[in-house]
Amino acid sequence: MEVKSDALLKDYATEVEKKGFVLAKIDDIVNWAEGNSIWPMSFGLACCGVEMMHTAVSRYDLDRYGMFFRPSPRQSDLMIVAGTLTNKMASALRKVYDQMPEPRYVISMGSCANGGGYYHFSYSVVRGCDRIIPVDVYVPGCPPTAEALLYGILMLKKKISRGLCKVKR
Amino acid sequence: MAQTLQELEIFLKAAFLEEDFHVHIARNCIHIQSPVDMNSRVVSFLKEQPYCGFNQLIDIVGIDLYPNSPRFSLVYHLLSLRHNLRAQFKICLDDMQAIQSISHLFPNAGWYEREAFDMYGIVFKNNPDLRRILTEYDFQGYPLRKDFPLFGYTQVRYDETLKRVVHEPVDLPQMSREFDFESDWRGAKYE
Repeated sequence: MEVKSDALLKDYATEVEKKGFVLAKIDDIVNWAEGNSIWPMSFGLACCGVEMMHTAVSRYDLDRYGMFFRPSPRQSDLMIVAGTLTNKMASALRKVYDQMPEPRYVISMGSCANGGGYYHFSYSVVRGCDRIIPVDVYVPGCPPTAEALLYGILMLKKKISRGLCKVKR
Repeated sequence: MAQTLQELEIFLKAAFLEEDFHVHIARNCIHIQSPVDMNSRVVSFLKEQPYCGFNQLIDIVGIDLYPNSPRFSLVYHLLSLRHNLRAQFKICLDDMQAIQSISHLFPNAGWYEREAFDMYGIVFKNNPDLRRILTEYDFQGYPLRKDFPLFGYTQVRYDETLKRVVHEPVDLPQMSREFDFESDWRGAKYE
């Protein structure tokens, strides 16, 4: 799949071939590098976690995008909130998010994480994980298909490449 | 060794002569009912007696029968692997009435009792670790009671200034809709 950020790289490559040197904004290079090595954290809270696994394994294969699931928040750039966030989990989620090094991104996956979803009126569920942590991309669905999450991840990649994620912090 | 429900019913009736002790058979399963203070003795009997051999505790279930008195029911589901029989042992108890824990007989009862305590506020005496198990530890109220509002009392939010997750009173911008599936035309009220 052709991604915008790779087109950017191609431009620079041809420039190197033609002139022997390249002039670029350091931000572009950094954003390109960041966007192509997003290491997500394995953080499945509910059934969305299964679709997240589908995205990771052979059919859609996140490794192609330089994404490897990490078991520790200290080694991750991206947190995919995959599933229902309960009140009991909320403080733990925030604690884990705080442990992630900058720059860090969040994808809210599925109706429950987006806004409580099916459990919106429950006594024990947080009505959207954006009440706890800042979110970059929302993926709708219940659960979203692996393709939908993949699309969300590519959107995040695009957002990073354009430097839009820097604005928030 | 093969034993029928009917034989077990007669055996139990002979073993417990108390007035409030009832046994009957329904849906291929033996139903036992006893007063609150007998629960530990009855479960112990069902477990230890070779004739019963109910050596597995499947679940402990609470029921809130709100306007009724006594308010709560507690049902112990037991399985006899030896005789391939199931028993349901039911206890009726009132609000704030403590009941003896059976965690010394079945270790797994400890968590089931914690769950019943969490959801209904039924207090178990001598449970070694009677904390809440499903909701957060500082949760107020008992969610499966009939008088507990669906939305609960508090919601959580991360506070940017305090740098921690805070609890605050529930504030719903949109209330839940009421669906009437009995009516062809949405909105009918039966009053």
